[in-house]
Amino acid sequence: MQVTSTVRDPLVTNGKTIHDVTEDVCRQVEGKPSKSWMMGMAISLTALMLGGYAVIMLLWHGVGVWGLNKTVGWAWDITNFVWWVGIGHAGTLISAILLLFRQKWRMSINRAAEAMTIFAVICAAMFPMLHMGRVWLGFYWALPLPNTFGSLWVNFNSPLLWDVFAISTYFTVSLVFWYLGLIPDFATIRDRATGISKKIYGVLSFGWTGGAKTWARYETVALILAGLATPLVLSVHTIVSFDFATSVIPGWHTTIFPPYFVAGAIFSGFAMVLTLMIVARAMFKLEDYITIHHIELMNIVIIITGSIVGIAYITEFFIAWYSGVEAEFYAFYNRATGPYWWAYWTMMTCNVISPQLFWVKKIRTSIVATFILSIIVNIGMWFERFVIIVTSLHRDYLPSSWAMFYPTIYDVGVYLFTFGLFFTAFLLFAKFFPVINMAEVKSIIKSDSEKVNTSN
Amino acid sequence: MTADKNFVLGVYEDEDVLLKAVKSVRNTGVKIHEVFSPYPVHGLEDALGYRRTRLPIAAFMFGMLGTALALTMQIWMLGFDWPMIIGGKNFFALPPFIPVTFELTVLLSALGMVGTFMVISDLKPYKKPRIFDIRITDDKHVMAIDLAKNKLNRDEIAKIVKDSGASEVNDKTFE
Repeated sequence: MQVTSTVRDPLVTNGKTIHDVTEDVCRQVEGKPSKSWMMGMAISLTALMLGGYAVIMLLWHGVGVWGLNKTVGWAWDITNFVWWVGIGHAGTLISAILLLFRQKWRMSINRAAEAMTIFAVICAAMFPMLHMGRVWLGFYWALPLPNTFGSLWVNFNSPLLWDVFAISTYFTVSLVFWYLGLIPDFATIRDRATGISKKIYGVLSFGWTGGAKTWARYETVALILAGLATPLVLSVHTIVSFDFATSVIPGWHTTIFPPYFVAGAIFSGFAMVLTLMIVARAMFKLEDYITIHHIELMNIVIIITGSIVGIAYITEFFIAWYSGVEAEFYAFYNRATGPYWWAYWTMMTCNVISPQLFWVKKIRTSIVATFILSIIVNIGMWFERFVIIVTSLHRDYLPSSWAMFYPTIYDVGVYLFTFGLFFTAFLLFAKFFPVINMAEVKSIIKSDSEKVNTSN
Repeated sequence: MTADKNFVLGVYEDEDVLLKAVKSVRNTGVKIHEVFSPYPVHGLEDALGYRRTRLPIAAFMFGMLGTALALTMQIWMLGFDWPMIIGGKNFFALPPFIPVTFELTVLLSALGMVGTFMVISDLKPYKKPRIFDIRITDDKHVMAIDLAKNKLNRDEIAKIVKDSGASEVNDKTFE
């Protein structure tokens, strides 16, 4: 027996019935692509092509086309990598951790958030692959494959190798989780479709019929996948932070990195989910499923994680001074006052001050304010990684090797390429796949819709 | 009459009506073939008297396999096959092997469990689904009763289904 809460806000508004869910979500899958979708696709494909040129130049000429130098050997490539991986944290967090906590508001946003995760991880993986230079040899460098060097194995002591395993496991498990959720919804589309699309969605739906036994197993599988994915999400950014934390570079060599990176990842991931969902709900008219209440709840996650990130920045700075290690303190003093002061203060403003605005209810329930702040947060999180990576490297131990990093058009181009890739993939997903998990939303219609079905 | 061919279908609009109906139909001694729903209905598998799935055990076993494989691989490669001197560290040290071990445990557990689920539930891309009612994936719950597996005749079963709160009672024959 379902009980309707009188305290909580409804998660589905305007008295939608179960049949309405099917209609509203299938509409854009079955209809012709809208003008705004076509325009978005045109822009994404342009970015993909322009960026593709930069990628080809990079592969042809080598990593030398980037602005890296002897002192700053990691810059935009790893910044972009960490940034995209961070964004890829929200999807599985929403679908796994919020499932374990039985948060029903996850149901209308998890599908799109998981898709975002998968595409963001693909974009992230581009950077470590491309920065190897000779990508075609990458398999031997990154995976424990037998080789002609007497089987000289990969180094399992290296956090960079842990990253290979963490990211590829995260990608695979997220993909499986996402696809499992899609199967019942593909079956819904299959049963409405005709002709060739019926065949295609028939294959995609794996012959799903919705029997009680299959549903019971499906629920168990989803619960255990959530249990597995929860530590996995936390482990991925922890391991990414090990890339820095286990080195002996002042500014990187800090034990605070794992929790600080995980909080930052959730922070930027939720910001990206908000950016995308605010556009998607308007483009596909899903305002009754992704309500202001959903946006407010996501903004609350942003306040929490943003505050954790802010505290981490301050703690880091304090410890750098309190430890009495001169090199460590200099790295931080140089961040705030050196030649990259503008990057540091952009990061501080965007990540520490701007999310605090969400304490005001008017701001966190305003769509325009949320949209702007979500973009500001993502700019801030990009600068966070840039500051951590470049400012720690550019003033080396010897002042004679101090240098600055200047990006070339190929740095910009490869970054643009990943944007093109991300938005092309996301728009294709939004057109051909159900953007809202229909089966899950249908299961809460009775308990969380405004108009409750009282036929019994 | 051959089994798995002629069915009586009860169509239900509401999940709570369905749950009560499943119990009342089973109490009359009628055997239910399966109940189909557009979304998971909690408590339905208990009402139908299904055994709890043992998939969690499969997940655990596959996870353990992942742990064992990951540890064996790392210890053998770096400890025995080609010991490498890296900063004078031990050839065999457990702590740096933990991250990869954890990841492979999760990977094998997840893939193994989902693979097992696909196999036992017979989900595969080229499968032709047996659709009892096209509205199942939209908004209707459908109870299917196999006539060959029940002693009562078609009309008696239809009456029981109708009385349990079904909004429609239909017949379905598969070739």
